[in-house]
Amino acid sequence: MNTKTVISAKDLSLTFQTNDGQVQALKDVSLDINQGDFVSFIGPSGCGKTTFLRVMADLETPTAGNITVNGKTPEVARRARGYGYVFQAAGLYPWRTIGGNISLPLEVMGYDKATRADRVRHVLDLVELSGFEKKFPWQLSGGMQQRASIARALAFDADLLLMDEPFGALDEIVRDHLNEQLLQLWMRTNKTICFVTHSIPEAVYLSTKIVVMSPRPGRITDVIDSPLPKERPLEIRDSAQFIEIAHRVRAGLRAGHGDLA
Amino acid sequence: MGWLAIGLLAWLGGWAINIRLAALPKSRLTGLAIPVIFGLSLVVIWESMVRGFDVSPILLPAPSAISVKFVGSLGILWQDFVQTVVKGALSGYAIGCGSAFALAIVIDRFPFLQRGLLPIGNFVAALPIIGMAPILVMWFGFDWQSKSAVVVVMVFFPMLVNTVEGLRATNMMQRDLMRTYAAGYWQTLLKLRLPAAMPFVFNGLKVTTTLALIGAIVAEFFGSPIKGMGFRISTEVGRLALDMVWAEITVAALAGSAFYGSVAMIEKKVTFWHPSQRG
Amino acid sequence: MILRLWQRVAPVLSMVAALIVLWYGAAIWLNTHWAEDKAQRAGVTLTTAALIADTWSQEKPKLPAPHQVAHEIWKTTALKKITSKRSLIHHSKITLSSTLLGFALGTVLGITLAVGIVYNRTMDMSVMPWVIASQTIPILAVAPMIIVVLNAVGISGLLPKAIISMYLSFFPVVVGMVKGLRSPDHMQLDQMRTWNAGGGQTLWYLRLPASMPYLFTSLKIAMAASLVGAVVGELPTGAVAGLGARLLAGSYYGQTIQIWSALIMAAMLAALLVGLIGVLQRITLKHMGMA
Repeated sequence: MNTKTVISAKDLSLTFQTNDGQVQALKDVSLDINQGDFVSFIGPSGCGKTTFLRVMADLETPTAGNITVNGKTPEVARRARGYGYVFQAAGLYPWRTIGGNISLPLEVMGYDKATRADRVRHVLDLVELSGFEKKFPWQLSGGMQQRASIARALAFDADLLLMDEPFGALDEIVRDHLNEQLLQLWMRTNKTICFVTHSIPEAVYLSTKIVVMSPRPGRITDVIDSPLPKERPLEIRDSAQFIEIAHRVRAGLRAGHGDLA
Repeated sequence: MGWLAIGLLAWLGGWAINIRLAALPKSRLTGLAIPVIFGLSLVVIWESMVRGFDVSPILLPAPSAISVKFVGSLGILWQDFVQTVVKGALSGYAIGCGSAFALAIVIDRFPFLQRGLLPIGNFVAALPIIGMAPILVMWFGFDWQSKSAVVVVMVFFPMLVNTVEGLRATNMMQRDLMRTYAAGYWQTLLKLRLPAAMPFVFNGLKVTTTLALIGAIVAEFFGSPIKGMGFRISTEVGRLALDMVWAEITVAALAGSAFYGSVAMIEKKVTFWHPSQRG
Repeated sequence: MILRLWQRVAPVLSMVAALIVLWYGAAIWLNTHWAEDKAQRAGVTLTTAALIADTWSQEKPKLPAPHQVAHEIWKTTALKKITSKRSLIHHSKITLSSTLLGFALGTVLGITLAVGIVYNRTMDMSVMPWVIASQTIPILAVAPMIIVVLNAVGISGLLPKAIISMYLSFFPVVVGMVKGLRSPDHMQLDQMRTWNAGGGQTLWYLRLPASMPYLFTSLKIAMAASLVGAVVGELPTGAVAGLGARLLAGSYYGQTIQIWSALIMAAMLAALLVGLIGVLQRITLKHMGMA
């Protein structure tokens, strides 16, 4: 099987200048992500997982080291519209309908009206929100808004999906449902997904690769290649294998936690 | 004595009714009825005080006398209205707010200009701009053009300050989203920042409706052809014909409310999505 | 830190400098006509340099040059006794006193109304719409009438002007304070209820402190409005004292430099007063950790 390297980071470092001095958000981070991977980034606040994602998206600039996205610099990849980004909050524009929000990137990228209408319908179907096209964001629940946000990221055919704790603000049941849907989506479309999360079960359930990070300075503590099969029902979370991986993740987090209380 | 009793009754009665209405669940009907009842009771109190205390008409005319004068002078009132409100206030409002909006977008492009002009703009917006009226009369002459100029100067800076603030009202996440689409400056402006700025823009538009009216009227104190609301007010005050003055005030209040109300209606349509409009 | 201060001040300074240059240019443009007329009647032709010099030193220019205004201000402030009727400081003091009185009255009225509106539903629904409507009555336009009427009842001098200022300044205070007093969220109000706090205690311990930022913003607007009220209040009675009176006198006699100097003085007064409130705001809010 030809596995193409989608993201390649080498000795990536990023230092922020803040009012209280310098903060090293990332230090010597090296990682390779291949086409079709589902990679979770997990760690406590300040470990640099969101910063890493933002560097991939060209929303932050590294102060040292190297990173390529689709073989190009993050900026070139961004200009070529190479990825879809899902933020922690849905961030839908309240003055546009759901349909209008999803067609926003398509308008920006210059797709014609007919194509836009087609794609909007297609992705709304993918996230099971058909029929909500004419509604406004505030008329939808938090979970539905976040689904709309994911649909928006899928609307244009980027092969890479960057997701920053997209389900963090939702309750457990909705979360489980969305986890399942995301996994099905991933299997159907074979995209590469980078997923930042706080939740150990979520990370282990969704990923093919789990990257454990720790703070001060932000660095990678452990990279776990998940032996779980690609097709996973929710029940797999009670299996012995699952629990073993979760243990390893927890150990990695504790190791990095050494300097905290 | 009888009149004072009527006044007292109106005040207590009106307030009692309003207390009852306010205790009911809030509806559009009660929201409208209560201030109307309050206003009506004020008018009755006014009338009864003037009659009861036998107040001289050159001090404070009774509402009945004012309405008589109002109905009898519709021609003059209309003429004054057109001169001051239509020719002076509205034209100045359109030019002033329009150019302030345009300038805000221009300086948005150049942060250096923004950092320099905004403090100056804030400063000028707080000044007694009305003091420029005599200067503008000198430059533009007696007729409505100088009044329009006064209005332009009065509405320009508050509108500019509000629009600039509106253009800054997007949060980082919304702007980052546009970045991930590699959207250009104009796309981001048209699709994100302008819609997001509308609540602020309309705040400015509403505030400046009253400024426009005041500017046009007060500017006429400094020189005007023999028509216009400011002119009429100052001359009628000189003749102690206060009922005519109050009639003009009524026209001004009606015009001001209608102006403000229409802008508020448009605001409701454009910023339907804003939490303040959704109630 | 000095760099940060410079970064904030430099753009403003360069804009001000640019505006002054534009001002001189505009003075040339507007005063040329008169200069050429004068020269023609004297049978003299002017060189460009002489023309420009003339436009910047006319006695009754259409647009006085900055240095002319500055000179006039200097002449009528530093070089005149404060008690003299020609002193700009004397006039400023008069305007200032009615401004401050009106501002104080307006603030007290505004805060009282706001507390009433927030705590009494009947007041909220009956008075608030009229508070908003009151601003559509162009009080400035009826300043003449108010002054005349109050004079006739025997109230003259400082108070009528202060009343006009009060009318203009109470509105921003009411609107701002109502917003501020209503700003604490449900959680904080419920917390007060669990402690069985009375209305007065909730007002003192929660609502009033929470409304401080809103209050200061409104006070700045109210102060500026109060000054405008005081200036306009001085116009109608063929006034003899105050900055508004100077403005009016200047416009009657075509003394444009006098008009501009009164205007700039009023502007500086406004900037000073609003600036003082700003300083008070920063100190208070910093002390309360809300800066």
